Amino acid sequence: MSASLQRGINAFKEQIDAPVASFFSSCVRCGLCANACLFHTETGDPKYTPIHKLEPLRRVWQQNYTFWGRFAKALGLSRAVTDDELGEWETLVYDSCTMCGRCSMVCPVGNDIAYMIRKMREGMAAAGHAPEGLIGASQRAVTIGSPMGVKLPALQAQIRHTEQETGLKIPVDVEGAEYMLLLSSMEIMNFPEFIGAIAKILKQAGVSWTIASEAFEATNSGIQIGVSEIAAELVERVVAAAEKLKVKGVISPECGHAYMAIRWEGPNLIGRPYSFRVVHIMELLDELREQGRLKTTGKESQRLTYHDPCQVARRGGVVKQPRNLLNMVAEDFVEMPETGTMNWCCGAGGGVSANERADEIRLKAFNRKKKQLDAIRPDAIVSACSNCRIYLEDGLEEYGMDMPVLSLTETIAEHLAGTEQTGSKE
Amino acid sequence: MTETELLLWVRGPALQVATVIFLVGVAVRFIEILMLGRQKDLAEARGSALAGGLRTIVTRSVPDRGTIQRSTFNVVAGYVFHVGFFVVLLFFAPHILLFHEVLGLNWPALPTPVIDATTVVTIIALLAVLVHRVLHPVMRFLSRFQDYLAWLVTILPLVTGYLAFHRVGVAPPPTLIAIHILSVELLMVVFPFTKLMHAVTLFMARYYNGAIAGYKGVKS
Repeated sequence: MSASLQRGINAFKEQIDAPVASFFSSCVRCGLCANACLFHTETGDPKYTPIHKLEPLRRVWQQNYTFWGRFAKALGLSRAVTDDELGEWETLVYDSCTMCGRCSMVCPVGNDIAYMIRKMREGMAAAGHAPEGLIGASQRAVTIGSPMGVKLPALQAQIRHTEQETGLKIPVDVEGAEYMLLLSSMEIMNFPEFIGAIAKILKQAGVSWTIASEAFEATNSGIQIGVSEIAAELVERVVAAAEKLKVKGVISPECGHAYMAIRWEGPNLIGRPYSFRVVHIMELLDELREQGRLKTTGKESQRLTYHDPCQVARRGGVVKQPRNLLNMVAEDFVEMPETGTMNWCCGAGGGVSANERADEIRLKAFNRKKKQLDAIRPDAIVSACSNCRIYLEDGLEEYGMDMPVLSLTETIAEHLAGTEQTGSKE
Repeated sequence: MTETELLLWVRGPALQVATVIFLVGVAVRFIEILMLGRQKDLAEARGSALAGGLRTIVTRSVPDRGTIQRSTFNVVAGYVFHVGFFVVLLFFAPHILLFHEVLGLNWPALPTPVIDATTVVTIIALLAVLVHRVLHPVMRFLSRFQDYLAWLVTILPLVTGYLAFHRVGVAPPPTLIAIHILSVELLMVVFPFTKLMHAVTLFMARYYNGAIAGYKGVKS
């Protein structure tokens, strides 16, 4: 056995815990998870059945953690997982799974399949079977501080630009601010308006905040590729900056996996609880709304729907907040069929968007989103994840659908009471 | 071995051995899972893991609407054979007598014609499930030897029970009963080593699923 394969198998073994063992013990091969996965429903290929994507991990569990499996292994009756097999599984685990967790909601015996895919990626990466795109993103995240290679000067340029445009000061490295805002590289490069929108809203609400020049990146390629050491290092940077600036809270921006990384995985990755709270921007805005500190005026007259980012809603628990917010500013808010925790993924989460090799299947799987949208025919889609937004736009273009994809934070900011840009927008 | 000797052996030593293998096997599997443990979650909770876990144990019995629409056959046939199997196992008067003997518990039986009809429906559902497994691309792709083995040992007690009750077949009635009991013993022996274990472990799996989600404030 090669050293890298051994590392991979060892990582699999380390990842197997009681939930994983109970899940594998319970699978009856009913195949229901296949119909919960957009990569299967849109291709019809059985190999995209979610539970099948875990087959090598299942064998490692069976051969090492069950009496019968150990017995068979000792007698040489079982087949060990090979490097070739892991190579074969690479595209199943990384290209055709966004860890959206829809299968985990459907499995009749209760298997949390996405939980296991996350774990399986630790072994895949250790065995050297992670996609080039994600390896590159992770390396850039560690060395440059951003998976897309966005450096501080780029952020500073966007900050200057935002300040000129809004006339508002964008606070950087302000000690004692209430909140520290994280941004995804995607927002910095593609949606810099997000920074201005936050500035306006938090000014109206009277919330003090800051961006940390030492830790502004919200995304975490470590959890996407499945290398906990990298993921932990990226979390540590945020924690160090938050502690240095003595903030009470950290705001996770409009990004799905960033929220998963910093809110739910972070403390477990670094092995200790935080001294501050972490909120998704939707949670913060909804709290401000409840406290009467967020006031809007006018409503969008166009038919709007909300696309739940998987890691924010199904895997993150932020479901009602965006709806409360959208109802403040939308006259005609319609839900897609199978919404909220049962929403269909955009197809680009969980590192798929950083993996060019997956482009073709991602766009094929987008047909599921198209069907969902066709059922209600909205004028525009609102979401709270810039990665979802970019790839919704990409998919819409591919399928010849003309539909803007908006940021919920920006939509709220456009309707802030007491600002110039209120009123209905066509 | 005479008919009577066979029946006595099946009801005596064979049943004892099967029961021991079943109980010890299930216990070992159960302990194997729990021994692996689980790390404490250090993230600040939004909801209760315990409440979420208990909730999902119950709610996961009802499929979501999309699954009902997209996997209608699996849902309907699956429900029919599971419910049918347990109705026949638990509410046939002679079975209740046995449970009373062993466990000291007693409960009312269903009328025999109801049990008879349920048995037929369950057998048909299981046959349909097998055909579906062989024909459906996903299920055929996922299936291994033990999926067919588990199917066989599940349908055998139903078929042999039906034959014994109706005294059908070449063998004399006591032998038919003995064959029926043997088929149940086969089910018990195979149970801990196959996916039949899901009847026990699904409660753990659903609990963990619901607890992981519930901690984050998600109803799964």
